[in-house]
Amino acid sequence: MYNLSHRFKIFSLSLIILGSLGWFYSYSKSHLTIEEVKTLLAEESHYGSHSEQVHLIDHQNEMHHNQGVYVDEKNGVDYEAHGHEAHGHEDEHAEHVLHQIHNRPYAALYVAAFFFMMISLGALAFYAIQYASQAGWSPVLFRVMEAITYYLLPGALIVLLIAIIGDKHIFIWMDPEVVAHDKIIQGKESWLNKNAFIVRGLIYIGGWSLYRYFSRKFSLAQDKADDNKNFKRNFQISAGFLVFFIYTESMMSWDWIMSVDPHWFSTLFGWYVLASMVVSGITVIALITIYLNSKGLMKYVNDSHLHDLAKFMFGFSVFWAYLWFSQFMLIWYANIPEEVTYFVTRIEMYPIPFFTMFCLNFIFPFLVLMNSDYKRIPIFIIMAGVIILVGHYMDVYMMIMPATVIDRYGFGIAEFSSILIFLGLFLLLVFYALSKEELLAKGNPMIKESENFHY
Amino acid sequence: MGSEKIFHAFYNDDDILLSAVKKIRENHYDIEEIYTPFPVHGLDKAMGLEPTRIAIAAFIYGCIGITVATLMMNYIMIVDWPQNIGGKPSFSYMENLPAFVPIMFEMTVFHAAHLMVITFYLRSKMWPLKEAENPDPRTTDDHFLVEIHTNKPEGVLKKLLRESGAVEINEVKPKVHS
Repeated sequence: MYNLSHRFKIFSLSLIILGSLGWFYSYSKSHLTIEEVKTLLAEESHYGSHSEQVHLIDHQNEMHHNQGVYVDEKNGVDYEAHGHEAHGHEDEHAEHVLHQIHNRPYAALYVAAFFFMMISLGALAFYAIQYASQAGWSPVLFRVMEAITYYLLPGALIVLLIAIIGDKHIFIWMDPEVVAHDKIIQGKESWLNKNAFIVRGLIYIGGWSLYRYFSRKFSLAQDKADDNKNFKRNFQISAGFLVFFIYTESMMSWDWIMSVDPHWFSTLFGWYVLASMVVSGITVIALITIYLNSKGLMKYVNDSHLHDLAKFMFGFSVFWAYLWFSQFMLIWYANIPEEVTYFVTRIEMYPIPFFTMFCLNFIFPFLVLMNSDYKRIPIFIIMAGVIILVGHYMDVYMMIMPATVIDRYGFGIAEFSSILIFLGLFLLLVFYALSKEELLAKGNPMIKESENFHY
Repeated sequence: MGSEKIFHAFYNDDDILLSAVKKIRENHYDIEEIYTPFPVHGLDKAMGLEPTRIAIAAFIYGCIGITVATLMMNYIMIVDWPQNIGGKPSFSYMENLPAFVPIMFEMTVFHAAHLMVITFYLRSKMWPLKEAENPDPRTTDDHFLVEIHTNKPEGVLKKLLRESGAVEINEVKPKVHS
């Protein structure tokens, strides 16, 4: 049985406090006035060629933002009436930059919150698959998975809360002024409106948490039972949950991520986010298992279990790359303006994080975990796992940032402290849940098979 | 090698076979070969066989595949007959790389899979029209056959085999190689 030490509690609490302080600092720093932004821009233009490029891209982006205008044009509304000429171009530019600087702490917080929620949700889906398929190898890991999913309810509620508080700082379609000038968003209003967003969010979270609650309850009850009734119930609700999950996960990814670029859409986006989710979830399961194993608390976990987890890490990394590339290649090949803006923004403004992310998420785990023997060696799994987690944080970052802070991105106090907050919260809740129960689901009818599992 | 004798021991269950193999090896007899009707999980470890090196071969074949695909498409699509497809003129391989990735992937898989199968067959000394080496047709149905070469006294071995659960033990004449 794992005991949550006092030191560990203080460590994770201090992460949360330190992160919060850092975040509020960056938040207070982001409140610039338009004059300050102008001096900032003037200072930047001293550095020469760099700012010119940024300016050009920024101009492109304003075009992108005003895509509604393009539709207006088709409907016979005069393009010039729309105020580009009303203020001078300089003012317009400074105002955009001001908004982007304002958005950054919100976006940074949102990325980190979503990333840790995603780990938990991925682990929950993986857990449900184990039950639905009645897998024989994994029951020794069930308590670890249940602990990780303990974070889901608070984590997902926080994501929804940040989305609502962040409002137009994250979701441009929540700004009534933008919508008023944007025919495309107006057309999507029946889906993209704040009330429906909140209701849908609560439905997703409610459904996932209900499954999590009952499945944990049955799993614990099974330990004390002398028949398999609880196990069978868990099998049934897991199968039902997976159906609910695949729909809500997809809709969640439209709502919480894809709608930051309200003009853009991709039909396989839900799958793409799912791949990210599951690979991060499995990676964290593997890392926590290795940690507990090294403390001698999970003696029954042998290298075959690690081998299987690493195989899943490898497999889902490749699956992620497959979906990433499918999305990219189809959009690149078709070259339709309304679709291709997504990648144009990312490749032109975020060239380094964009390609680094792909290498970290695909090429690195592919090469490190390809060898069968390496999948059994904890240090290799830890190495690949940390890289995968960093890569998938960057993946979420690349989904949110280009739509919210445009070219005013970076990895500074705002991003770092946001990660600290949610890392602290995640560790605290997950290890608290681990310390609550025995680490072995000893009543599971498959536990013997799982303990003797060898590959 | 005149005193070497060859024994065939038959088993009718894979679990019994596995424990028998362990027992035989513990008593320092050399198992020449085992014939089974289906793959028995863990038999290779019990026999002490070295892990397969086919994975290394597969990696090399995959590298060959991706190279072949790259060279082939570079010749076809860029060098020999560049075309303008969907507004993307093919004058540079790198600029059109995303379009070629699916083919590179497929050729990698194709080469790895096919060459691996061929390697496996050659390594197992199997090729078309080859006469089967199977010593007893029952091993293709429901019996497991362990072939042991030994020059130790046969009584001890026979006792050991019978104790380990063998249903039939035969001494066979070594094949005369002409």
